[in-house]
Amino acid sequence: MNWGSWDNFLAMGGYAFYVWGSYLVTLGLVIAEIALLALRKRSALARLRLHGTATQGDR
Amino acid sequence: MNWFKYSSPQSFFPLAGKLAFWFGAVALVVCAAGLYIGFFRAPTDAQQGEAYRIIFIHVPAAWMSMFLYLVMAFWAGLGLAFNTRLSGMMASAIAPTGALFTFLALWTGSLWGKPTWGTWWVWDARLTSELILLFLYFGFMALQAAIDDPRRADKAGAVLALVGVVNIPIIYFSVKWWNTLHQGASVSLTKAPTMAATMLTGMAVMAFGFWFYSIAAALMRARCIMLERERASEWVADYARRSA
Repeated sequence: MNWGSWDNFLAMGGYAFYVWGSYLVTLGLVIAEIALLALRKRSALARLRLHGTATQGDR
Repeated sequence: MNWFKYSSPQSFFPLAGKLAFWFGAVALVVCAAGLYIGFFRAPTDAQQGEAYRIIFIHVPAAWMSMFLYLVMAFWAGLGLAFNTRLSGMMASAIAPTGALFTFLALWTGSLWGKPTWGTWWVWDARLTSELILLFLYFGFMALQAAIDDPRRADKAGAVLALVGVVNIPIIYFSVKWWNTLHQGASVSLTKAPTMAATMLTGMAVMAFGFWFYSIAAALMRARCIMLERERASEWVADYARRSA
């Protein structure tokens, strides 16, 4: 498939809204899932460290 | 090699980390290749024009939505039968990724349906049963979130997940059993695919990419769940200290 130009590629034969609407939402949600997972791990570790220092202080 | 070694969270945690990284890396490469085939190798469809290029994510997302449900139900059932800790964690780890792909199948299908069918949505058997799948994933997650004790949450979720399995053949065969607006399968195990070879290759490559991505995401989430549920154990405290 030779699109000829970037404009043609982005226009997707007149279906730009539908095609890019599908691909961008997919990309956005995948990035969001990975970001949320990274945040979840970070906050789990932060809570563990907080808890850890508290118990050490008790001793 | 003793595989049962990895049925304990403590020994599975570092392995899951390594696997998540590599599956994620492979997913990135495979999806890039799939998109290249889908956008630069596959020809324009004679009837649908360029709108058909949505299928390179729609079909793999729909496959993953059903496949992930079966894998989730498998782990849930294993946990219910053998009372193993890790099984329940794996089931919980898969659910949000399964819901993501179910939503994407519906979303991209809707964006494909508008230009080709002339409507965003119809209540035909395929679309409706796929929507029920989304609600099954949400129901599983909501039920687990509503129960404080993780082991009891796993058991309740497992029952729901196993009962919901009945929906998977309904989705898959809906286009045969009922008169649906959604077309029948273009790719099946029993007959030759009814589409151009490059289109099929693009779809298959994207399906593998989504598969690897799902494994990576589920393993990342499983690691979070292990840290949260096993927070009282020494190995988790150790890991938190070392990763500071």
